[in-house]
Amino acid sequence: MALTEPQMRQETAASDHAIELRGISKAFGPVQANKDISIRVRRGTIHGIVGENGAGKSTLMSILYGFYRADRGEILINGQPTEIPDSLAAIRAGIGMVFQHFKLVENFSVLENVILGAEAGGFLRPSLARARGLLQDLAREFELNVNPDALIEDLSVGHQQRVEILKALYREADILILDEPTGVLTPSEADHLFRILRGLKDQGKTIILITHKLREIMEVTDEVSVMRRGEMVATRVTAQTSPTELAELMVGRKVLLRVEKTPAQPGDPVLQLENLRVVDSQGVEKLRGISLDIRAGEILGIAGVAGNGQSELLEVLAGLRPAEGKARLRGTPFPLSGSGADAQTRRAQRIAHVPEDRQRRGLVMNFHAWENIAFGYHHDPAYNPSAWRMDNDAIREDARGKMERFDVRPPDPLLKASGFSGGNQQKIVLAREMERNPDLLLVGQPTRGVDIGAIEFIHQQLIHLRDAGSAILLVSVELDEILSLSDRIVVMFDGRIMGERLPEATNAQELGLMMAGMA
Amino acid sequence: MDIATLVQVLDSTLRLATPLLFACLAGLISERAGVFDIGLEGKMLVAAFMAAAIAFVSGNVWIGVAAAVAASVAMALLHGVASITFRGNQLISGVAINFLAAGITVVIAQNWFRQGGRTPSLSGDARMRRIDLPFAESVRDVPFLGPVYHGILSGHALLVYVAFLCVPLTWFVLFRTRFGLRLRAVGENPAAVDTAGVSVVRLRYGAVAICGVLCGLAGAYLATGLSAGFVKDMTAGRGFIALAAMIFAKWRPWHAMGAVLLFGLLEAVANRFQNMEILGLAVPVQAMQALPYILTVVILAGFVGKAIPPRAGGSPYVKEH
Repeated sequence: MALTEPQMRQETAASDHAIELRGISKAFGPVQANKDISIRVRRGTIHGIVGENGAGKSTLMSILYGFYRADRGEILINGQPTEIPDSLAAIRAGIGMVFQHFKLVENFSVLENVILGAEAGGFLRPSLARARGLLQDLAREFELNVNPDALIEDLSVGHQQRVEILKALYREADILILDEPTGVLTPSEADHLFRILRGLKDQGKTIILITHKLREIMEVTDEVSVMRRGEMVATRVTAQTSPTELAELMVGRKVLLRVEKTPAQPGDPVLQLENLRVVDSQGVEKLRGISLDIRAGEILGIAGVAGNGQSELLEVLAGLRPAEGKARLRGTPFPLSGSGADAQTRRAQRIAHVPEDRQRRGLVMNFHAWENIAFGYHHDPAYNPSAWRMDNDAIREDARGKMERFDVRPPDPLLKASGFSGGNQQKIVLAREMERNPDLLLVGQPTRGVDIGAIEFIHQQLIHLRDAGSAILLVSVELDEILSLSDRIVVMFDGRIMGERLPEATNAQELGLMMAGMA
Repeated sequence: MDIATLVQVLDSTLRLATPLLFACLAGLISERAGVFDIGLEGKMLVAAFMAAAIAFVSGNVWIGVAAAVAASVAMALLHGVASITFRGNQLISGVAINFLAAGITVVIAQNWFRQGGRTPSLSGDARMRRIDLPFAESVRDVPFLGPVYHGILSGHALLVYVAFLCVPLTWFVLFRTRFGLRLRAVGENPAAVDTAGVSVVRLRYGAVAICGVLCGLAGAYLATGLSAGFVKDMTAGRGFIALAAMIFAKWRPWHAMGAVLLFGLLEAVANRFQNMEILGLAVPVQAMQALPYILTVVILAGFVGKAIPPRAGGSPYVKEH
């Protein structure tokens, strides 16, 4: 920072900007994704772009990378007006993009992925040899170590991301755009990524970092621009702003970043698990002896990098996957496999489940909101006045009430699930499960892909349910969420519990180490 | 079984495997690029008809071959337009091509030659000549080498040798050239190719066109090399057998050659031993002739281990962020 601040105060000529956008607009049908966006990104800086889901960040970057063409507006690269009709033009203009979902060929080697599209000639051998040399140089210079002969599918997510960065550098990109790069990384992997980015910045590269994590913005960026509803609402020097101000700019009103809650008043144990084991269809052990208990009126948070058994744990408890071990519900043993271990029985036992993937498991996207709200509870006598007839009007009425109480916008039960935004889809699922006042609520990734305003609301609802005496099992890959909501935290790694902590007696660093299996 | 019979069977194995090999490599290249093609059969059939018809009319087999390739490529591009440009369902497009081919060949043949949907028999320069490999005569009586070189390898039409040369060629192109790298990548993850600044559409059309050329050669050999003229439905499911061989080979060229040789051998055995007795029981001709098809079913039912197709196979590429 000490180095860059004097630079930033300098009077700047146009060519001091690696990228300048002037009046970019883009509409998809009636939806105005980008409205008259102007932004200037200084060369050799890390520039953050924040905004809620659907604020238009991704559209803007897609325009820069030639995926879409802007309806209006101008792109200047290093002061030169530049047309970017396709990705090739973007690459030629020195732009490299690291997408949120990597664009790698899984069963190709690192080298093959790096040269793809930028081969040195018709035959592969010389191209591969050249790339191998260059990769070694880059690895030394930027801590970008990856085995060039490893297959992508054998690499960790963090290493796959490095391959994406190497791809861009191999194409001699001067401007690197990263879209939500830390969503899939552990805290230590994210730290490593930031070190790499700072190293690249020191070499004069310009970096645009798109994220919704304000902590990251504060940590690595020099300047930050905020987008809201397709417009660029503000640009700030990072050192002169705060997360609170940025959050307000993103949402357009004041938001609580901290969850307000009173200490928990735990009651009797609701769920007790002893030595839970799961072996999946490939014979891989996914849960290796999980023992824990949850009491009424408390939130037990399960932290961990995705894929360490949390999903399987939720599925077992929801009745979607058989397991071995002992389980008690309100003191009574219940089966983990065979008959009586299905989702319908669990619901009847007052266990509600908010699945991690709402679009695949939580909702039928093509069905109306009211139908989705009936699912799982379609045997409810209130919905079935007689054995052979469902009362659809009653369901719709019930759905409308639930949607209103959960602030679903619009609260129209006749709309298809696919017609709602991600946050509102999530609220529909939450309304269905939480309005039944379950004894145990299993909730996975409650705010994944949900905007800040809705996150605040969802967190409040979870606290309310806790205070009403429900036990809540919260699985989330967002450490901040785990830390601010949980009354107790359990960290899972490789199908095992690494340890238990109290939120007030730990921090992201310690949990991060435990999540990486080091503790 | 004596040596002479064995040589005969192996000799016809090579010939019977040739159209399968062309078609199998055709499917392999198309599917490696992510375009499923169950229209191999239809393309071969159209090519077989064109080869026979044009060879008969012109009296020159090579003009027939050229026409066959052209017709097959045209059908392939039709499949390309439907499945690449208009992002239609690749299976349905392939089925449509098979139906179209089955109908159109017979209708045109009947209208043109009035011989009940077949072309007149080809003879002379309108058929493919057999080529004797160098020194074939002189090693004829050498033990082992004689029967193998003179009896089995020598004396086939040019396209037989072309087909088997296509195996290393396909391998080299797929795994040692830039085009091959991109082709394989577009079948696995077209988004990776697209974001690397390479046109997905152009690559897939390229693959589909090569598939057309190879199917054209398969059909041409069938009508002018293996037989002497076109008859209705003469491909007799070879397009599907080629697909089975391709899956058996797990989309690898050398393995594909092994697979089609196995199918060719079964067909050759069925042709040679029409009335066979095993342990005193007469095996009906039909049972023998069904062998390649039974093997096809067994392979497609997945009895030969897990075959993982190219990951983006069968799905049109839609640009999305």
